[in-house]
Amino acid sequence: MRSSLLVLGLTLALGCAGAAEAKTLIYCSEGSPEGFNPQFSTSGTTFDATSRPLYGRLVEFERDTTKIGPGLAESWTVSDDGTVYTFRLRRGVKFHSRAGFTPSRDFNADDVLFSFERAWKSDHPYHKVSGGNYEYFNSMGMARLLKSIVKVDDYTVRFTLTAPEAPFIANLGMDFASILSAEYADKMLVARTPEKVDQEPIGTGPFILVAYRKDSDIRYRANPDYWQGKAKIDDLVFAITPDAAVRYAKLRVGECHVMAVPNPADLDSMRRDPNIRLLSQEGLNIGYWAFNTTKKPFDDKRVRQALSFAVDKKAIVEAVYLGAGTPATNPIPPTIWSYNDALKDYPYDPDRAKKLLAEAGYPNGFETDLWAMPVSRAYNPNARRMAELIQADLAKVGVKANIVQYEWTEYLRRGAAGEHQTMLLGWISDNGDPDNFLHTLLGCDAAKDGTNRARWCFKPFDDLVVAAKRTPDIAKRTELYKQAQIVFKEEAPWFTVAHSVTYQPVRKEVIDYKISPLGLHVFYGVDIQ
Amino acid sequence: MIRFILTRIGLLIPTLIGVTLLAFALIRLAPGDAILLTAGERGMDPERYALLRHEMGFDRSLIEQYGIYLGQLALGDLGRSAYSHQPVLTEFLTLFPATIELTMAAMLFAVVLGLPAGMLAATRRGSVFDRATMAVSVAGYSMPIFWWGLLLILAFSVSLGWTPVSGRLSLTYFVEPVSGFMLIDTLISGEKGAFLSALRHLILPAVALGTVPLAVVARMTRSAMLDVLGEDYIRTARAKGLSPLRVIAIHALRNALIPVVTVIGLQVGHLLAGAILTETIFAWPGVGKWLVEAVRRRDYPVLQGGVLLAASVVMLVNLSIDLLYGAINPRIRHAR
Repeated sequence: MRSSLLVLGLTLALGCAGAAEAKTLIYCSEGSPEGFNPQFSTSGTTFDATSRPLYGRLVEFERDTTKIGPGLAESWTVSDDGTVYTFRLRRGVKFHSRAGFTPSRDFNADDVLFSFERAWKSDHPYHKVSGGNYEYFNSMGMARLLKSIVKVDDYTVRFTLTAPEAPFIANLGMDFASILSAEYADKMLVARTPEKVDQEPIGTGPFILVAYRKDSDIRYRANPDYWQGKAKIDDLVFAITPDAAVRYAKLRVGECHVMAVPNPADLDSMRRDPNIRLLSQEGLNIGYWAFNTTKKPFDDKRVRQALSFAVDKKAIVEAVYLGAGTPATNPIPPTIWSYNDALKDYPYDPDRAKKLLAEAGYPNGFETDLWAMPVSRAYNPNARRMAELIQADLAKVGVKANIVQYEWTEYLRRGAAGEHQTMLLGWISDNGDPDNFLHTLLGCDAAKDGTNRARWCFKPFDDLVVAAKRTPDIAKRTELYKQAQIVFKEEAPWFTVAHSVTYQPVRKEVIDYKISPLGLHVFYGVDIQ
Repeated sequence: MIRFILTRIGLLIPTLIGVTLLAFALIRLAPGDAILLTAGERGMDPERYALLRHEMGFDRSLIEQYGIYLGQLALGDLGRSAYSHQPVLTEFLTLFPATIELTMAAMLFAVVLGLPAGMLAATRRGSVFDRATMAVSVAGYSMPIFWWGLLLILAFSVSLGWTPVSGRLSLTYFVEPVSGFMLIDTLISGEKGAFLSALRHLILPAVALGTVPLAVVARMTRSAMLDVLGEDYIRTARAKGLSPLRVIAIHALRNALIPVVTVIGLQVGHLLAGAILTETIFAWPGVGKWLVEAVRRRDYPVLQGGVLLAASVVMLVNLSIDLLYGAINPRIRHAR
């Protein structure tokens, strides 16, 4: 097996010529994709297998940052009031060909209109095809945000928004905003097989789908006509391997070059393996402990601050994240622009906590609940353990915390309804924009039955993050977000626990693999010896 | 005989309806919300949640939902996966051959080793071999498959490098699925080395899955043989001067086989259950892995359809075993 990987002549088997020299990269992925249309999905597993290799978007994130650059749109302009976005489209971009479809034209404005209108307009002929659930499009508020999409000419498209929304441009780099071929869709509609569009994908991306066997493997070959140039590898194979220990075994013997989601317990042995390089990067996430600010005693700022002093953050992060986390000061991770590094965290100081509690009228403490998630998430691998440690620290300042757990979706539902007093949760960035943390998780819009689990609606803070939404100027936005973080820290609606670190083991023959801060696995730009 | 078979098949129908009810009820009794699960931390606004519930039919009463499900079932429609939107039956049929291949290989492993081991142990009752076999079989029977599978991988694939870690075929080969059985497909394809690769991939999962049945078969064969060896006709056969091999292989084994075959039949159900774990460890694209994923995703149509189809298979196997009795032992004849 070890040697077979080196001589892997995949293309030979696929009936192409010149196979012996072909460079094949094998990625041990964690599961099967839902299908091959990323518009329907919210899962990274599906994005890794669809949007990233197969499709392109109007704008693209740089491989290892959240910086937005041109993609299928060469350039764009934003109107002064921030509501009209005009995109100049790239010429000469080719869609993939496959048995049953050869594109007769290059990518143009029709493809952009088709892709967005399909998700947006419920009377679009493709809206209901393949189940038609555009979850991410809806949860990012796109339906509410879009007023019109107009084709100005074949290579110019104009999006008009209902309100100025600076993060809109980052949304267009997200996976649900992938561009599909309108020509292919029309053909399949005529042939009465519209669902083929979602199963036998045609995109503009760096790889072309060759074969998919459910729960077994996905095979791609490099798109020779990709507009940024052909990928350095010739073939890309996803070996679907659900168990992390088995993925690691495959990586060790060379049955794959890159593996998804390692077990934290295996990291040490990966570091010692001379054939494996363990890459790491701070993830775009935050694990937090939210205080329900609409309930007593958490409506009092002094109580929230007191609890922030009462808990030994460093000890918790060490015990729960096993080295894969850094204590968090701000609600956004340091890798996101506008991170305010001048802020100081509340130090661990039980005496000050007691004093503040006494000032707030709780000299003998109080009793509260402390909700812990039942699942392991990237931002919090073991919420139960975290809750126990917090509980012990709180007991020292006289606060009795009762740990509460529910089944995961029940937990989310009750938390959104505000049934908790305090709860552990977290967030993984959707698009790398600070708005996606500061407004989505802490703004007034989300304070009632939404993603703001502290149910914290504080006007001075909300004014800042709403103002930042309304200006496309990054420098101005940065200033506003930095101020917002100061307000946040003072008001302490959350105890910010940690940002977790993403670990990515790759074999040493893999060159130039970069960890995507958005948690995806991207193989364009990667080479292999 | 024909009437017997028809009656038995007729009896399967109420059992299957019971299975549908059980699967339907259990899935819905389990906490969790398929719609909220996809939204995760982002959550979902109430109007959209209501809309999706309506589209999936979850806003109807459970009795109504079950009625609709049975109605579709009567028309042969098992519904579509909530995850992949593919028809449940299509997915099952695509994945099932892999599971059959794995369970048959595991069964073969269990019987080929278990029968002779049990026979030998019985004939040398009390010997070192007997004690060792029984000790090993107790260990084998209590082996947690997940742990055992990983142990096998670490030993044979990672340390020794003899077998591949997981999958059904080396990625060097690409074989068109014709029958769905990799051993057959690789032979048809005529690709050099593909068959051998498929065989090498099958060894570890078959051993992992076959260990428990192996222990059961060995123990059952031993005790059935011991019973039979004490019978008068064995003494008679020996007294006639037949060779010991003939006595054991013909006179004793054939009579001892009845309980053994029953146990083998019952093991098919256990094998399908064990396949769920084995397939997950060895990344084996069968129905077991498919069902595990469906549980995680709260994919109701797949769970309902998958459980029903798997239960049908177990019932059909048990029916065939009943019919086999007559062939093995002519003393057993089914009432007309």
